[in-house]
Amino acid sequence: MVGLSAEAQIAALRAGEVSSADLVEEQLARAADDPWGSFLRLDADGARARARAIDAAPERPPLAGIPIAVKDVLSTRDIETTCGSRILEGFRPVYTATSVARLEAAGAVVIGKTNMDEFAMGSSTENSAYQLTRNPWDADRVPGGSSGGSAACVAARQAPWSLGSDTGGSIRQPAALCGIVGMKPTYGAVSRYGLIAFASSLDQIGPFARTVRDAALLLSHLVGRDPLDSTSLEWPEPVRVPTAERLDGLRVGLVQELMGEGTEPGVREAVERAMGVVEDLGGTVVPISLPSSEQGLATYYVIAPAECSANLARFDGIRYGARVAAETLLEHYEGTRGALFGPEVKRRIMLGTFALASGYYDQYYGRAQRVRTLIVRDFREAFAQVDLVASPTSPTVAFRLGERTDDPYQMYLADICTIPVSLAGLPALSIPCGLADGLPVGLQLAGPAFSENRLLDAAHALEQAIGFDTLPPGVEG
Amino acid sequence: MIDEETVRHVARLARLRLTPDEQVTMQRELSGILTHVDVIQGLDLDGVAPTTHVIALENVLRDDVPRPSLPPAEALREAPEVIEQAFGVPRMG
Repeated sequence: MVGLSAEAQIAALRAGEVSSADLVEEQLARAADDPWGSFLRLDADGARARARAIDAAPERPPLAGIPIAVKDVLSTRDIETTCGSRILEGFRPVYTATSVARLEAAGAVVIGKTNMDEFAMGSSTENSAYQLTRNPWDADRVPGGSSGGSAACVAARQAPWSLGSDTGGSIRQPAALCGIVGMKPTYGAVSRYGLIAFASSLDQIGPFARTVRDAALLLSHLVGRDPLDSTSLEWPEPVRVPTAERLDGLRVGLVQELMGEGTEPGVREAVERAMGVVEDLGGTVVPISLPSSEQGLATYYVIAPAECSANLARFDGIRYGARVAAETLLEHYEGTRGALFGPEVKRRIMLGTFALASGYYDQYYGRAQRVRTLIVRDFREAFAQVDLVASPTSPTVAFRLGERTDDPYQMYLADICTIPVSLAGLPALSIPCGLADGLPVGLQLAGPAFSENRLLDAAHALEQAIGFDTLPPGVEG
Repeated sequence: MIDEETVRHVARLARLRLTPDEQVTMQRELSGILTHVDVIQGLDLDGVAPTTHVIALENVLRDDVPRPSLPPAEALREAPEVIEQAFGVPRMG
């Protein structure tokens, strides 16, 4: 059963071929045998109890009894939630994130919490304070990040699907590196209530899955306004599970700035082949330019750290989490935060505090917000000419563990393709489009705000025509 | 470039204690990152308004309906130190 898509698991349950208790047991067994380091903790007892209750209930909500894994950035009532950080070691939230609560209301069974870069800051999951996560395609390589555990567990068949969060690429980039589907919806699509905040003007929750249809199905249960998140939006139309087979009339713009020398040749070739498939299916491909995207990385590394420095001020060792004993209040704050935040988190808090500090604000934060306007404008102009834009999701395939940990900027470059879309708040997804040197390559498709259905249709048609096998060598199907 | 004094000042603002080694590394790494970030300094941004929020929303208000809030025992249950019905902190200094 663990090799099946969520959709196929739902069908098997409905047909009475398997019970939720058996299905959950099978996924728990696979998740407990965790050579990849996908999970920070499993909730085996809780998942078993829920599965039994669902089997016994007369009513069958749409996702009844289907297992799911959840990134440890999402609060889960009474279940330890660390966000990959020592400062939240032992923390058991008193409420559950709206996104998780909605899936549970639809019958999904959370089996465990997945590893991540501390506070979702990183592109390799190596910034977790607890453990490394390995790429199921090559155990010496990173799964991407920050949602590395959520990506690896789906690729390794430890869960049929999972939830992640994406601030600058943290769903799309690990999906690309692990050869699966990952989607960041329009900013405001999914309630952020209970999502431990990193950069509030950018953070969005979204699905990982092995098929576009599964990603769409999961997203359909996540979107919509939540009174507990004032930035969440009324959703204009239901998210549909896609059936499109053709792309007739679809205009796709291939982003020229992301197909240059900064992108590995094998990645460029796989993306170019995918553009050939777009044309085979009746679509047209034109080159498109997003000139300000060249400043995207710089802009992001002002705005995201600035917002993080404000958001992470709440971690003070007073109301929850761990603390370091001190004589005075100031020593308590500085000692607790200095000892319990990891190096990357401290770096970003410092960078953000600097960018917001008196004397530097206009030069950094003020300017970055204005460059953000130029990036938003670039996309608007692009979408006057094309329906969707395409690019690689990551400039490289999965890199080796330890390869980029010495130079923060090298790590930041991993998100160069995904960041401009985030700054513009647009929906985007990554689908696997081939292999380079035996490792998966992700194709990123992005569209105008609220174009989720069109994106999913196009991604589904492409996925079917490309026929990528998501099973990593050495992983049992 | 960021000097030693700026690193100390920013660390104090951010309530982060850095070891002497961390201060040296931080100064080097932040200076390196800012070299790249400084590409935004050369752009002509005359007349360009800042973007604070990508989706235009204004004055989002919820209905003012009373509802139960977190009971004190739950609100306090995760605190490292509780004194009566309050969070315990060290003295001000």
